[in-house]
Amino acid sequence: MSDSTVVGLHHEEQHHPELLHHFAEPQQQRDAASLGMWIFLGTEVMFFGGLFCAYLIYRRWYFGDFGAASKSIDATLGATNTAVLICSSLTVVLAVWAAQIARRTLLIGSLVITMLLGMVFLGIKGKEYKDKFEEHHVPGASFSFDHVAIPGHPDQYANPRHAEIFFALYFIMTGLHALHMIIGLGLFAWLLYMAWKGRFTPEYHTPIEIGGLYWHFVDIVWIYLFPLLYLIDRHP
Amino acid sequence: MSMATTTIQPVERENYLNKEYGVGSWLFTTDHKRIALLYLISITFFFFIGGFFALIIRLELLTPASDLVQPDTYNKLFTMHGMVMVFFFLVPSIPATLGNFLVPMMIGAKDLAFPRINLLSWYLYIIGGLMMLHCMLTGGVDTGWTFYTPFSTAYSNTKVVEAGLAIFVAGFSSILTGLNFVVSIHRMRAPGMTWSRLPLFIWAHYATSIIQILGTPVIAITLLLVAVERTLHLGIFDPKLGGDPLLFQHLFWFYSHPAVYIMILPSMGVISEVIACFARKRIFGYSFVAFSSIAIAVFGFLVWAHHMFVAGISIYAALVFSILSYAVAVPSAVKVFNWTATLYKGSIHYDAPMLYAFGFIGLFTMGGLTGLFLAALGIDVHVTDTYFVIAHFHYIMVGGALMGYLGGLHFWWPKISGRLYPESWARLAALIVFLGFNLTFFPQFVLGYLGMPRRYADYSHMPEFQVLNVLSTAGATVLGVGYLLPMLYFLWSMRYGKPAPDNPWNAAGLEWMTSSPPTTFNFEEEPVVTWEAYNYDELDRGHKQEVKVVG
Repeated sequence: MSDSTVVGLHHEEQHHPELLHHFAEPQQQRDAASLGMWIFLGTEVMFFGGLFCAYLIYRRWYFGDFGAASKSIDATLGATNTAVLICSSLTVVLAVWAAQIARRTLLIGSLVITMLLGMVFLGIKGKEYKDKFEEHHVPGASFSFDHVAIPGHPDQYANPRHAEIFFALYFIMTGLHALHMIIGLGLFAWLLYMAWKGRFTPEYHTPIEIGGLYWHFVDIVWIYLFPLLYLIDRHP
Repeated sequence: MSMATTTIQPVERENYLNKEYGVGSWLFTTDHKRIALLYLISITFFFFIGGFFALIIRLELLTPASDLVQPDTYNKLFTMHGMVMVFFFLVPSIPATLGNFLVPMMIGAKDLAFPRINLLSWYLYIIGGLMMLHCMLTGGVDTGWTFYTPFSTAYSNTKVVEAGLAIFVAGFSSILTGLNFVVSIHRMRAPGMTWSRLPLFIWAHYATSIIQILGTPVIAITLLLVAVERTLHLGIFDPKLGGDPLLFQHLFWFYSHPAVYIMILPSMGVISEVIACFARKRIFGYSFVAFSSIAIAVFGFLVWAHHMFVAGISIYAALVFSILSYAVAVPSAVKVFNWTATLYKGSIHYDAPMLYAFGFIGLFTMGGLTGLFLAALGIDVHVTDTYFVIAHFHYIMVGGALMGYLGGLHFWWPKISGRLYPESWARLAALIVFLGFNLTFFPQFVLGYLGMPRRYADYSHMPEFQVLNVLSTAGATVLGVGYLLPMLYFLWSMRYGKPAPDNPWNAAGLEWMTSSPPTTFNFEEEPVVTWEAYNYDELDRGHKQEVKVVG
């Protein structure tokens, strides 16, 4: 950071346009926003935690049925999506870095690529949902999962009722994750707009930081969802 | 404003109430004090709706036969009484009103860390509340406030999904309040306001917020699963389809037991403030009272399955949960003993808030001790789903949480409204509430121990229970009068009450150093704290010397 920015920072402390009235100084505002996001992510862990708990219990009870149901999902698409999200995490970090060193083009570029990767993820997810719909694997009245062998036991069929629980959890968990992705895209559209207007400076880029925290969290949820839902009892 | 302008009428100082007028200035406010008042009005509305249901329940039970309402209607009445009172009154009661109003002031801040999120939380509460109202007006719900599956997801013909989603939405308002408090307490404290100088009200709200943050998301996902399962006929909790109803109960009580501490902990915070002020003493064992709040929040998460002793959990799990439930009694008792020790050699004043505090200590102790009966496996099996359980948790939630809420409302009313309430009426109301409460709920302990089950509209095969039920209904009437009175004289005082001085109780705490009512940003300049909490020795020193000279 050059000397002039340090001087600028001092000047900014008096009349920083982004400093809300009830904070004493920008540092306090940054710390509050960041702590707030971390706590919010804590609530998200508990929110998804209830689902993971249900998943783990039924996976233990109905392991064979879950394995058969899991095998019907396209693991290649899931793996592609995992790679897509990991790449988007990188571009989010780049965006934060670009904001810190005041490189506007890099910032805007990183945000745009992040959003594009997010949309690619949702597109692939939509394709997977479409496949499941066509195979009648969506829980409900038209659900059917008859005569599907349990992996490793070619003579045993999976219980459709138990497979339906797997698919119910699959759709609820990935659906809630996708909802979080959509909210993330909205958040990033707003960040992009703010970045376009040049609102972020090395002194003030808290929204990029906490938006990035949120994006990383949504990625991490997927990192757990992928092996748990796609890779049950798969053998080459 | 210069002194010269105060000629005929004293010109009212600018404060948060008279700064702006108009509906918009309230609906779009980000001032924590105005949001607290918005909450106060909304939760009072729901309190009277829940109270109305309670009234009909008590009238129905006046006679053994089911003659006032149909049994189906009765099921809806106790369900909606529970849902409204728990999720739309008790959970937001103290945190969203007194907490919202006082937390920033007590820590010496201008506002909560996220004022707009604070307003958002009220709007979420209102959306949830309107959904609940719509649900109740268009048929209601009959599952019991516990939503037990598979009845709620497969068999009930009432509006389960709408009620569940209403509570889902209201839950997020609770999460946001807790999040705001934790961040504010960590990041917004005034210079010199160290953790060991925080009022115990703040410690209690910190503990409450932890539960709101970690518990509420679990009930949210649980109710979402119930709604999805009911809508799409899935089998996550339905044993007929391979699901597990016990899983629902675990998830439900993982929140709903700690939720009891969301209700009682803030009340304990109020009592700590009131006892210290009206005994004119520093609270005995400050750090023990502070950390017992945290201990209750932590232990509270480890006891949920004591609601499921007869539901078919393993006997070993039941033993562990029984022992852990006993453990909660330790920090609770620490509080009660410390409050009592604070009274010892205090100079005690019997103002209305203190009467509520006394009521709280007595009723909470009874509620807590009967909780130990229920934590004991043998007794619990005997009295499960009887009026003993009803009486126990009403002693905690009404005798405890509500007494603290009313006591706190009286204590801080001069600060909130800038007016004094009529003291003798308030003392009378406190007495009526205490007597009415005991008359309502003590007979229910006896009823339950004798075997009267809860949730029955008709007890005509056991008419010997009628006397105790008549007593209970009579008590509920007295209690109702006790609740109406404060509402009437609080409203009266807003127009006709004497203007309140800044510190009418000569109480310690930063909130009393602001004007009554406070200005929008609370303090003229940022306070710097150089004293310990509850420094009543210092506050009363001048007064004591005066007495010496006279004597």
